[in-house]
Amino acid sequence: MTTLSLTQAINAGLRRALEEDPKVVLLGEDIGTLGGVFRVTDGLMKDFGSHRVIDTPLAESAIIGTAVGLAYRGYRPVCEIQFDGFIYPGFDQIVSQVAKMHVRTQGAVRMPLTIRVPFGGGIGSPEHHSESPEAYFVHTSGLRVISPSNPQDAYTMLRQAIACDDPVLYFEPKRRYHAKGEVEVDAPLVQALPMGASRIVAAGTDVSLVSYGPLVKTALDAAIAATADGVSIEVIDLRSLSPIDYAPLVASVRRTGRLVITHEAGRTLGLGAEIAAVITERCFNYLESAPVRVTGFDIPYPPSKLEKHHLPDLDRILDGVDRALGRPNSHTGMDDWA
Amino acid sequence: MSHLRQEPTGRDEMTMHQLITAEGIRVADALLDEFVDDVDGEQLRNLYRDMVVIRRIDFESTALQRQGQLALWPPLLGQEASQVGSVRALEDEDFIFPTYRENGVAYCRGAKMADALGVWRGNTNIGWDPYELNMATPQIIIGAQTLHATGYAMGLTLDGKDSMALAYLGDGATSQGDVHESMVFAASFQAPVVFFCQNNHWAISEPVGLQSHVPLAGRAPGYGIPGLQVDGNDVLAVLAATRWAARRARSGGGPSFIEAITYRMGPHTTADDPTRYRGVTELEEWGAKDPITRMHSYLLELGMLDDGAQAAIAAEADAVAADLRLACISLPDPAPQAAFEHVYVDAHPLLEEQRVNYLAYLNSFGEQEKTSVTVQGSPS
Repeated sequence: MTTLSLTQAINAGLRRALEEDPKVVLLGEDIGTLGGVFRVTDGLMKDFGSHRVIDTPLAESAIIGTAVGLAYRGYRPVCEIQFDGFIYPGFDQIVSQVAKMHVRTQGAVRMPLTIRVPFGGGIGSPEHHSESPEAYFVHTSGLRVISPSNPQDAYTMLRQAIACDDPVLYFEPKRRYHAKGEVEVDAPLVQALPMGASRIVAAGTDVSLVSYGPLVKTALDAAIAATADGVSIEVIDLRSLSPIDYAPLVASVRRTGRLVITHEAGRTLGLGAEIAAVITERCFNYLESAPVRVTGFDIPYPPSKLEKHHLPDLDRILDGVDRALGRPNSHTGMDDWA
Repeated sequence: MSHLRQEPTGRDEMTMHQLITAEGIRVADALLDEFVDDVDGEQLRNLYRDMVVIRRIDFESTALQRQGQLALWPPLLGQEASQVGSVRALEDEDFIFPTYRENGVAYCRGAKMADALGVWRGNTNIGWDPYELNMATPQIIIGAQTLHATGYAMGLTLDGKDSMALAYLGDGATSQGDVHESMVFAASFQAPVVFFCQNNHWAISEPVGLQSHVPLAGRAPGYGIPGLQVDGNDVLAVLAATRWAARRARSGGGPSFIEAITYRMGPHTTADDPTRYRGVTELEEWGAKDPITRMHSYLLELGMLDDGAQAAIAAEADAVAADLRLACISLPDPAPQAAFEHVYVDAHPLLEEQRVNYLAYLNSFGEQEKTSVTVQGSPS
């Protein structure tokens, strides 16, 4: 076991992939000489050369589009999109080309791209640097979407993503970049939990609390805090946002009868909406209360002095848990519909 | 905004290279001549044959659409020389990234044209195996394929190969950001890629003058890429120009941009009505520059096209068309489960659940109910 920060874990995963497969190439802005604006790719150009760790001109559509061509040629490109809010110029290539190429060619052409996207807020950034665009990609058939919450998953799931023959959007919780954890770097990949699997990260009996990426830590903190009130929260880390592995969620909700989902992204048609719908379909007779969503608001990401209001925090999550338990502390608006 | 609709200014700053005039007369070109030194009479006749056959395929496909056998067809009428001249300049291992209109290119690459028509019949999105033909599937998103060609070419450099990629694009595509980003990347990485632009003067209803105030080939030098303008209705000049660009690509000279000046004699697709926008004299003007007619005159002058050869080529074209028609109308409809196939390489439990449930739903109908559903859904 080695103690690594989340950025170091991603770096180690990239290094391992570059070592193991000569067809792995990295493309992105500032990833070479600088080592990435978050230093995630630090040292990789020096060790693997500028032909494998490629500083590209500033054009996101071209980063994705040339990666499509490289994949056509048999390469396994790993693209870095510098910030979440910069992915939109590459959106057409992702949605119209990367996601559809395999089905368009009836399996003849594979698109084993990994697209790394630092995402989410909480770091005091200007506009376009704190967004949570994952639902756009979850809605796009042909893509896989994953988000690790800790260094071990960051390392293992990145390697799994690069090895996967489907295109994978890999959302990095950038405000957890400096979180440290023990990472087993030499465990065989085949024995690891599949990247598509969700996982119960804290057992509990009263409420099932589902999250992913940056808010898993907050959810775990909320579970600890709730024990003071005698409330037992089971925390589930989705890990894979597309497809979602529902089996652990369904089993959990059938035990607890209550579901809270929390994410930074806005509420309308976010992950929480889909999870609430599916769990309602599959657990209707087990639910003691309506599923509760604790999310960012349906607003453009606000200036950083306001982000503490936008981002779900420990107290808002516990407020949601209380609502699921039928003892709301605050106005929910639900009664207004009567 | 009417000034936008003028002819591009600065056109006279570029020379349109030509080897065979509209009247079928061979003229010298200092740049291009050396690239076709080896082309003998028989090869010229083969280029002519290619053009005749793909025009015949194009006519047959338009007819199949009119008869309800195809949902849509994008005619290439008038662009035969641009397509044949460019593809015949390539080696088999060179990889082509085409648009939806390069069906003549596909024929020359050996595509089974009935399979290619499956795309336009609505059966499939793929008309050939890209790795069998070294030719990607037809791209519908305008300009997107230029990035794919550039990336593929970057891969060729990484692999130490001396082959190249060629992207087809149209005049409308030159307004797309992807095309400009392609030229930036191609220049930065000196990728062995050729941008082959068929300027057919119309992007559906929009004239080329709306896309650019300078010749399209004139944009390339701004990216550090040489741009060449060639008579796109002159198959020999197109062959030579593409060989010029290919030699640059294969010898480490980096990317090139070719603007083939041609004309779309048909509609954008069979769903289009060009009489709503096309000038009244244009068809006549461009009909006089027809790529097949001029080659016909040139071959007669060379004594390479006697009555027997002409009849043989016409018979071959008719046979190809007849086979195409029969194969096209015999294409079976895809099975319902085909919609779910190949969306992912690896297992996807949620999609699999949808597939299984839908097939179970379909199977819940007996044969009789299936028939009645079809009857209800049919036009009365």
